[in-house]
Amino acid sequence: MRFGVLRFPGSCDEVDAQLACERVGEATILWHGDRDLQGVDAVVVPGGFSYGDYLRVGAIARFAPIMESLVEFARAGGPVLGICNGFQVLCEAGLLPGALLPNKTLRFVCRQVELVVERADTPFTSACEEGERLSIPAKHTTGCWYAPPELHERVEANGQVLLRYAPGESFNGSLADVAGVCNEAGNVFGLMPHPEHAVDPLTGSTDGLKLFESIREHAGARV
Amino acid sequence: MRVLVRPKAGILDPQGQAVERALPALGFDGVAHVHVGRLIELDVEDASRLPEMCERLLANPLIEDYEIVEA
Amino acid sequence: MSDTLSPHRALGLTDAEYELIVDKLGREPNEVELAMFSLMWSEHCAYKHSRKLLGQLPTEGPHVLMGPGENAGAVDVGGGLAIAFKVESHNHPSAVEPFQGAATGVGGILRDVFAVGARPIAVLDSLRFGELDSARSRYLLEHAVAGIGHYGNSIGVPTVGGELYFEGPYEQNCLVNAMALGIAEHDRLIRSAANGPGNVLVLFGALTGRDGIGGASVLASAELDEGDADKRPTVQIGDPFAEKKLLECSLELLDRGLLVSLQDLGAAGLTSSSSEMASKGGLGLDVHVDRVPLREPGMEPFEIMVSESQERMLCVVEPARVDEVLAVCAKWETTATAIGEVTDSGHLRVLCDGEVAGDIPVPALVDDCPLYDLAPAKPAEPIYPAPPRRVQTDDPRELLLALLASDNLASRRPVFEQYDCLVQSRTVRRPDEADAAVLMLPEGGAIAVAIDGSGRRVACDPYRGTVEAVLECAANLACVGAEPLGLTNCLNFGNPEKPHIAWQLSESVRGMADACRALDVPVVGGNVSLYNEGPEGPIYPTPVVGMVGRLPEAARAGRLGFAREGDAIAFCGPFQPSLPGSELAKLRGEPLPDGLPELDVAALRRALEVVRDAVRRGEVRSAHDVAEGGLAVGLAECCLAGGVGAEVDFRGAGEQLLEQLFGEGAGGFLLSGPRPALAALAREAPTTLFGVVAGRGEDLVLALDGGATLRWTLAELRDAREGPLAERIGA
Repeated sequence: MRFGVLRFPGSCDEVDAQLACERVGEATILWHGDRDLQGVDAVVVPGGFSYGDYLRVGAIARFAPIMESLVEFARAGGPVLGICNGFQVLCEAGLLPGALLPNKTLRFVCRQVELVVERADTPFTSACEEGERLSIPAKHTTGCWYAPPELHERVEANGQVLLRYAPGESFNGSLADVAGVCNEAGNVFGLMPHPEHAVDPLTGSTDGLKLFESIREHAGARV
Repeated sequence: MRVLVRPKAGILDPQGQAVERALPALGFDGVAHVHVGRLIELDVEDASRLPEMCERLLANPLIEDYEIVEA
Repeated sequence: MSDTLSPHRALGLTDAEYELIVDKLGREPNEVELAMFSLMWSEHCAYKHSRKLLGQLPTEGPHVLMGPGENAGAVDVGGGLAIAFKVESHNHPSAVEPFQGAATGVGGILRDVFAVGARPIAVLDSLRFGELDSARSRYLLEHAVAGIGHYGNSIGVPTVGGELYFEGPYEQNCLVNAMALGIAEHDRLIRSAANGPGNVLVLFGALTGRDGIGGASVLASAELDEGDADKRPTVQIGDPFAEKKLLECSLELLDRGLLVSLQDLGAAGLTSSSSEMASKGGLGLDVHVDRVPLREPGMEPFEIMVSESQERMLCVVEPARVDEVLAVCAKWETTATAIGEVTDSGHLRVLCDGEVAGDIPVPALVDDCPLYDLAPAKPAEPIYPAPPRRVQTDDPRELLLALLASDNLASRRPVFEQYDCLVQSRTVRRPDEADAAVLMLPEGGAIAVAIDGSGRRVACDPYRGTVEAVLECAANLACVGAEPLGLTNCLNFGNPEKPHIAWQLSESVRGMADACRALDVPVVGGNVSLYNEGPEGPIYPTPVVGMVGRLPEAARAGRLGFAREGDAIAFCGPFQPSLPGSELAKLRGEPLPDGLPELDVAALRRALEVVRDAVRRGEVRSAHDVAEGGLAVGLAECCLAGGVGAEVDFRGAGEQLLEQLFGEGAGGFLLSGPRPALAALAREAPTTLFGVVAGRGEDLVLALDGGATLRWTLAELRDAREGPLAERIGA
């Protein structure tokens, strides 16, 4: 099972994502300028500051050549995981609902947070249990998830919220404590916290590994 | 040409709020409804294409409004 | 003739220095040459007043791969790997514009590290401001922290540690010292000496503008009116996105073996980089300023040579490989231009459209700057006013809470949470988990790094205060199980032409030299920042030490929090607590003492090694260096970090209770672990078992004479420690 991890100018956590993916399968870095997804089974859009967050977070990266291929891949049902800046890029690309606004405190915060698994019957959370708490670090300036009221209602009604910050844990002011949402089809998932930084007992919690294991289980089964 | 991009009404605007709080602290009273946006200046050969540029890149229509102004 | 200063004086050169320049050139310098000399012979570039002193510092050791003189020092950490590191100051720019000053300070030190071929893996920062009562200090703190976070986070290098202090003497002259570490395989380390006459000089990175020219603007040939002042900004603006691309580009160029040498552009821009490259190679350089890609139209040759625009690098490339270099730069969206050649003339020539605009023998610029002897004299009167009194009570229970809430001791969480400490997946110990940051190496080992400076205590005793600072840094490494491999330092002092400051500087360097020799830790690089003073007086003499060490097993890295109910608590080491010069003395508004107690450095070294080895063997559950606030503050910190209480015995303290609780000094380690293991340490270093770790959420209780106790709940300790600073900085 092979993961492809995108790299834009300014990506920071792509190598971290690659290391995390390599704990459950193989992983390749895919350069933003290429159109070739190299036949990977799942794609990760990583964290960082693509294009310096210029204009708007994720606004420029979404037009990279590799993103055209990604959009096709997603439309065909391929699993796509967007982490932090990756979540922002996927929202800008219209692959995920809503948008990310500046944290209510206007400051960058790096902190271990507790998340609650809302659904365990998805390709991204099948290795978790419903209601389980995951300890995963979050580090961002622009992570307040927002959707206009009708869109938010639809997202909730469709069960597209997969992860929420546990009560009191959010520092960014996200609507309804949303930490991660997927698209209607359920194959594209974005979250602000960084599961790739919760995979090694030497550096902290290993709860993040469950997301990668879920993707491997599901993507392995797709062939 | 100039494009003014501002947060949509009703959206949480923490930058606007921060400025609104800071002004009275400096002695400026009677200030309300502060919103912080962006200014983009550009020379365009075909101004009729500006709205499309705004919709696709310069603004995010989900959370921002834009206004095109002659420089 | 008007009253205007002669140009050389306006640029900071003395008449004697000017005469020397004329002598070396054999004629008067033109404006380009004068500008270049004024920068290269400035204190900042030439170390005129400190170079002779710095010669005392030990620079050799079995692990040293690169010593002082290169862009960064480097030590061998095993497995064929090297860690390159250095600390630098950006004090004056940060006082002017704290966000950009601190940001570009980080940018500059990162460039120094990747200029030797090492991938940056961590940043630490040492910050000192005036007391937080002043709005200006709060403003500087908030923006400097935001600037460091902005730059480090954006470029993907974790900020893993640092220190932050507030003292009156820094009110007008804040200190922003940034340290960076990078990792490289031994054979990838590259030096900066230009080599091979005929080779090409390539400038890559950002465009060149008028950043930082400020002071040299007096040389402009065009008349400037008021409106033009903002064409010559003194503030450099940093762009971490540009530097990220520059970093990846540089490392790829090195990976592909395309470069002969590499140098980053920092203070004094093209002038210092090109002259230093030429100097180290014993060669010459021809620089064609008309080929330098510019951000502003119509820049004059002297402006191009002294511009401090950020995010630029210079490299020397064999002619046959220049196209490949340009192609790699294009891939990384980084401008690259061939701007000159290496020659064997021994001269740095500045050419513009084929005409010679400046021609200076390289040794004149780089080596022949006069070095000055200091005229040190111990001050007869105290230099610094006593700090304002902030506590009225003598009740030890209230004093601990007051100390924990004081600006120098309160939790730094509101600051370090603004930094990404996780990117690159190496961080084994995060801020607040242990006394030093720990980063894992590829095959099981790890490196530890800490940055420690001292101001107030060095003001009390420049020699012993500096020895203490070096020892404290080594102690922090020992508490995670690391053996120090090398040290970098930044010396922040006032005006060295004044005898009392010269005395502080000389004594401090002597102390650093002795401490490094006693610990066998070589100095592999560093920085000096002088003239940090204003009408209110000088800063405290502030040597800042950054140390890198190694530990064999990442999984055994020490932690500072008490962990298990029932564990014994001990303090280990030749710790002699004393109150004069301590944080408690400061809160009480006491004047600074004249001198600090003597230190038994050999015993201190022994204690360090004992603690380090015990941590490595996994025999202690926690280890914490006792520093500001003394034992009581240390105990509170260990309880809060572990979320557990403790019962500790202070009976027999008698009249010395406050001294034992809050006295400071080197050589005190708070350890917890199984009783037999701690007791066994007594055979190797003075060790007193004096407590037991209690359960989760229980109180910290100190037993005193006559059945009395001091008791604090964890909640009140936490509220004291975590409330105030957060409020002060508006978190």
